[in-house]
Amino acid sequence: MRKDQNLGEYLRTQGVSRRGFLKFCSATASLMALPPSAVAQVAEALASARRPSVIWLSFQECTGCTESLTRSHAPTVESLIFDAISLDYHHTLQVASGEGAEEARHAAMEENDGEYLLVVDGSIPLGNPGYSTIAGISNLDMLKDTAKGAAAVIAVGTCAAFGGIPQAFPNPTGAVSVSDIITDKPIINVSGCPPIPVVITGVLAHFLTFGTIPELDHLGRPTAFFGQTIHDRCYRRPFYERGQFAHTFDDEGARKGWCLYELGCKGPTSYNACATVKWNEGTSFPIGSGHGCLGCSEPGFWDHGSFYKPISAGLWGSKETLLGAAAAGAALGIGSAMAARARKNKAIKESEADSS
Amino acid sequence: MSALDSIAVQAEYETGNVVPLLHEIRHALERLLNGEDGTVIDMRSLPLAPGEEKRIEDALGKGEVHADLDALGPTTILETSYPGVWLITHRNTEGEVIGRFIEVTRFPSILESQPEDIRTGLTALGNRLAEDSA
Ligand code: SF4
Ligand code: SF4
Repeated sequence: MRKDQNLGEYLRTQGVSRRGFLKFCSATASLMALPPSAVAQVAEALASARRPSVIWLSFQECTGCTESLTRSHAPTVESLIFDAISLDYHHTLQVASGEGAEEARHAAMEENDGEYLLVVDGSIPLGNPGYSTIAGISNLDMLKDTAKGAAAVIAVGTCAAFGGIPQAFPNPTGAVSVSDIITDKPIINVSGCPPIPVVITGVLAHFLTFGTIPELDHLGRPTAFFGQTIHDRCYRRPFYERGQFAHTFDDEGARKGWCLYELGCKGPTSYNACATVKWNEGTSFPIGSGHGCLGCSEPGFWDHGSFYKPISAGLWGSKETLLGAAAAGAALGIGSAMAARARKNKAIKESEADSS
Repeated sequence: MSALDSIAVQAEYETGNVVPLLHEIRHALERLLNGEDGTVIDMRSLPLAPGEEKRIEDALGKGEVHADLDALGPTTILETSYPGVWLITHRNTEGEVIGRFIEVTRFPSILESQPEDIRTGLTALGNRLAEDSA
């Protein structure tokens, strides 16, 4: 897509009919979790959308977030949205490396000053600048430098959003999230380990369509995708309400598809869209294949106790409080997020004390 | 048949969402008959157990109209056994479902020819006739 083209013109040059474009808009509105009545509005905005410049920085990460997004086969709606942005720097995907790549980043920053989107995956180590560098530049310096001229920052994955696995106890690198460093820009946290690809592209589509950032929750996540818990939308919920729990992965309850709460499901405290958007082109999600939710989109999920113990055991060390915990599901979500936040702040303070 | 198909999977779970959905469709049909706007239900927004989507399809059945569209991948448009209730499935060129909707309307708008496409077609027809007469 040429920079001077809008998306509507680009799709027509690709031989996409208006009818095809309307189909694309229906799928995009569904992707953004907008009501079907919004399709006409999406079509009007998308047809004239200009191609935004995107700079993608990868710090302490496993590349799973990029993999999540790019593994889908072209041409999906995701790939069309990906075509509709100008990805000017992504060191995993681009051909250039070292100084050549850094020149491309600086050129994109200058050319689109104040307008480009900065996408970050991975956490930032504060313990020692040498723990993670790109072209000899520390992650901290590169983030601060690149965020300066960005219109907004999208922190993709739980590592960038909340510190993630690198920050897990004892947090050897002093890992912190993007929002711990950047405080003067709008930040959209797209958490998940990895995040659902359509959630990443849904956020890009929102920016592309409306030129604004979507409505966010108290942890900076788009409410369209993170407004409800896995538990709120789980198809096993009727079993939960009736107290029908599987006790092992192969007992009668497991075979009958009963609730996985006692097997450690973190669905009641995990805000994400897996239960409706699902994974692998909408095929299924962990609970659909008989495994509880790990809570990967929540701060500190790695340190919330065993993945195979009920939430109640993680908080009070006793399984006896199960029923009380079940009743307090929604409140726990907020409580555990605050506990994680406090733990994260403690880790940051410790790492700062160590490096001073 | 792929290796996965040979694994016998029993999916008999129930969310209890199928019957309320049918009631929702009934209300939408009543509104349509009273001259109000049509309704679109995004199937992605419903928490459904494995097998329940198929149960919804079976409950709606097949009606008189079946249309196939080829635009950015195939789309099937089925009128169900309840006139005015359409099941629309959009796929990409890989055949993967990218959107599934139940539309309660007299005629799904995606089937209408669009002015932009008519204009392109008109130009193409004009060019062809000009070439033929040259
Ligand atoms: S506890 Fe887990 S398996 Fe049970 S209803 Fe909630 S999300 Fe579903
Ligand atoms: S089901 Fe839970 S652990 Fe699995 S991807 Fe979704 S939020 Fe993460």
